[in-house]
Order: sequence, then C-alpha cells, then structure tokens
Amino acid sequence: MIALSIQHLTKVYSNGFEALKGINLDVEQGDFFALLGPNGAGKSTTIGVISSLVTKSSGRVQVFDVDTDADAEAAKAYIGLVPQEFNFNGFEQVKHILVSQAGYYGIPASQAEPRADELLKQLGLWDKRHTTARALSGGMKRRLMIARALVHKPQLLILDEPTAGVDIELRRSMWLFLQAINAQGTTIILTTHYLEEAENLCRNIAIIDKGTIIENTDMKSLLNRLAKETFILYLTSPLMADFSLAEVDYHQLDDTTLEVELKRGDSLNHLFAALSQQGIEVSSMKNKANRLEELFLDLVDKSEATL
Amino acid sequence: MNTKFLRHKVAFNTLFAREIRRFLRIWPQTLLPPAITMTLYFIIFGNLIGSRIGQMGGFSYMQYIAPGIIMMSVINNAYSNVASSFFSAKFQNHIEELLVAPVPNYLILAGYVAGGTTRGLFVGLIVTLVSLFFTQLNIQHIFITISMVFLSAILFALGGFINAIYATSFDEISIIPTFILTPMTYLGGVFYSISLLPEFWQNVSLLNPIFYMVNAFRFGMLGASDIAIEIAFAIILVCIISLSSFALYLLNKGTGIRN
Repeated sequence: MIALSIQHLTKVYSNGFEALKGINLDVEQGDFFALLGPNGAGKSTTIGVISSLVTKSSGRVQVFDVDTDADAEAAKAYIGLVPQEFNFNGFEQVKHILVSQAGYYGIPASQAEPRADELLKQLGLWDKRHTTARALSGGMKRRLMIARALVHKPQLLILDEPTAGVDIELRRSMWLFLQAINAQGTTIILTTHYLEEAENLCRNIAIIDKGTIIENTDMKSLLNRLAKETFILYLTSPLMADFSLAEVDYHQLDDTTLEVELKRGDSLNHLFAALSQQGIEVSSMKNKANRLEELFLDLVDKSEATL
Repeated sequence: MNTKFLRHKVAFNTLFAREIRRFLRIWPQTLLPPAITMTLYFIIFGNLIGSRIGQMGGFSYMQYIAPGIIMMSVINNAYSNVASSFFSAKFQNHIEELLVAPVPNYLILAGYVAGGTTRGLFVGLIVTLVSLFFTQLNIQHIFITISMVFLSAILFALGGFINAIYATSFDEISIIPTFILTPMTYLGGVFYSISLLPEFWQNVSLLNPIFYMVNAFRFGMLGASDIAIEIAFAIILVCIISLSSFALYLLNKGTGIRN
C-alpha cells in the first residue's frame, strides 16, 4: 500500500516564489524514506503541505489513499509531525503537552496519560514530566517533539531535521529509537542535513532541488552509482622525496598522509601491494567523504547546471 | 453517538481545559489586576465622587455604576484572554499543534472563545463579589442578567480572536483595546445615563454596541435602562453571528496562520 502519494504538487507563495514545481512522489507503507535537498529546495514546504500547515497551489496529496482535500481530518489522523523548529508552548508542563496533543486527536485523558507515560519513559523524559518545556535542554526538546508526534500512534511519521543540533550520542540513540518504530510498522519520512543519517537509516530516497525532484530511487541503487571513492591513508613514516605510485591517482597531503582516488570496484590490494613494494606501511585509512554526500553534491550540481 | 462527535468533544474539552489552565496559571496577570482596578473604581468613583453626585436614574451612584463596572471587566477580560492566548500560540508556533491535528476550524474557534468567555465570567464574578463590599445588588431579572453577561463575553472573545488573527506583533493586540475598546466602554454609559448628554451625543451613543450591553445588564440587575432590552439582545446576537462567521472565514482561509 502507498502511505503517501503526491501528484503534480505546486506551491507558489504570495511573494511569487515558486517553492514546488509540480512534484510527484510515492512512499510505500513501512518505508524509511529520506527526502533530501539543499536549504530552500522545497523540503519543508512539501512537509508543510502534507501536514496542512502550508496551503498548496495545485496538485494532489493522498495519505493512505485518503485525499487531503476530500477528507482532511482522516488524512491528518494518520500523520505525526516532528517539525524543524520547536513549536510547543514553553510554559506548559511536558506531560500536559503530550496529553493535550492526544486530546486534539480525540484520545481521552484516560487513554492518553498511560501512552504519554510510556513515551516519556522510552525517550528518557520521565524525570522531566512535570517540568515546563522551556526548561528542557535542546536534546530533550527534540525528544519531546518526537514523543508528541507519536502520542496518537500515527502510521506515517514525518521528521523534519529531527537531529539538528543534537550531540552524537543522542543522535545515535534517536536513530535506534526510530529504527524500532519503523520495525513496528510505522512509515517514516525523514529530512536531514546529516547525509550519513539518511544513508544509515533510509531504504529509499528522493532528492529535491529548487522545487523539483531530481532523484527518486532506492538507497542501494543510488550508492552503486558512485564512480569513484577517495581514501585518506595515514602512513607510519614520512614518504621519500622520489616516491611515486604508477597507475594510481593520488596526491600527497603532507609527509605522512596520502589521498588516493580509486575507481569503484577497483581492488585495494593493488594499492597496498604497490605501497608495500616501496616499504611504505599504512597505519590507518578512512573514506574522505560520506558516500551519499558525494552523490548528493554531484546531483545538485548537475541540477543547477541544467537550469 | 458516532465516533467523530466523540472525537470532536474530546478535542474541544482539551482545548477549553488548556485555555482555563492558562489563565489560572498566570492568575496574578489575569484575575488579580481586574479585582484591584475595579476596587479602585468603586472607592474613587462610587464612594468618594459618587457621594457628591447623589442619585442617578433613581439609584445611588454606587448602585448605578456597579453593573457597568462588572460588564466592563467582563468585556475587557474576555477580549484580552483570547487576543493574547491565540496570538501567543501564533507567535510561539504552537498553534501548529492544533493545525496538524484533525480538529475542524469551528472547534478551534469555539475552544478559544469558550476560554475567553470563561475568564470574562470568572472576572465578572470576582468584581461582583468585590462590589458587594460597597453596595447592595438585588438582581431584578436573573435570566436577562446572566444571558447578557454571557453573550457579551462571547462577543468580545470573538473580537479578541479576530484581533489576534490579524496581529503580527504584541503591540497590535493592545492597539484595539487601548484605542477602540476602552473609549467605547467609557462612552457606553458605564458611569452615566445618556439622558445627561445633549441630543446629538445621545444619538452617537446609540451607535455603540457596548452601550446596549451595559444598559441591558443594568436592567437585569436594577430594573432600569436607557433602551429597550429586546433591541439590546437583537444587536448583540447579530454581532455574535457576524463576528463568528467572519472569524471562521479567516480561519478557513488560513489568514495569519497558514502559508
């Protein structure tokens, strides 16, 4: 079943800015889907239209086959939204925020309270349940937004940069939490600027730039398109002045660091053999850039070149 | 009962409870100031100055102004509660909590107006209790008194809602109360009978809807009024229908809340 179907969606703001230029997008039920794009590409506008915060100019949005124009209430009931900016009442207590949000979805307090307690415990906010939201740390506020979006058990969870400004440890724990939610059947759409996050979590991906979907495929196929990979090699001793590597595209960053570019699929053994022949030992190595990041920049560059 | 009705009932109750929790939480800003201000009105206008004025419309001046002062506090508080609460929700973006949820626009309007009306009535009760320290109130027509104060609170809660929809800064939610609402209240016959005014200004007063509310409320409490009560009810009902239709139109259009 299709969890989200977007057809010919356009959005022109009152100042004339064309944020979406007729995008089409399908997200399967149960998917963990990445919607990526540079700043101002149209990601948040797309999410805004899906969640009714932005009025579309034309096109059609269906959530689990429910047209958002024909039955907005039914469509909204399927969706849980974690927006980019904090948007709760900072003067309200954490638990009140969750129970109220459930109430707006028609869930009475008798059912909302145990659900809120469960989420507060899962997301490490139980001790803060009676604290006013503005007194929470940045990471706790992010978790509160996730708990609030899940309080009515949505089938489609949309997260707009949920880990922005969150430390690595918390980001990893949020990843695990989201993977568990997804494994239980919740469809997740994620926008993020951390491309490593999308690469680790998402199975399918769409890239939007200047209001147009420029790529929509599965993550594996996209990564397979990488033509080359760049590695940084850290050496145990400085290189000799007459050092050279035949048939390898490389350049020397400093005395003990090499940057090597290999065609995708090329064996690393050939490189290490060549280095060994010259008595050079490698102490460690890393990928120069995130793989998805390379593709992302490449696709966005191409999109700009065609405009 | 169908599930949609029950879901809407829970959503309305949640919003209404949140609004009440809000004004009770900040009671030093919402409930205490009107009690203090109105006590000063009773002391200064009713007691000190009123004792030199003598009778007004057949009643002691204190008795005459008490209904107007109660109504003034109801109107101001119903208005400002919705104006500040809804604008804060816009300003802090937590209005989005409601916009993404399956809550129809008429329920959003009803929830905020119910919250403002409740604060208006709450403050009205406090001021009524304060007035009992200064004068006796023998309510003549209980139904007219209660229905008029209730309808007036609803009407001004709707006014506050529309103000908040258009407001883009906190300044803009104080402009209307300062420059329109307060003058209209003072010129609405709170402190005097319009029979004291020259004919031209009597006719001008008839264009002020607050004048009808104050007089109808005074009729309910004292049995005396400058105008026919039926006209007052008709005017206030027409105003409520007009403002609620307009507020709903703005909400449906997304004015001030949706891009």
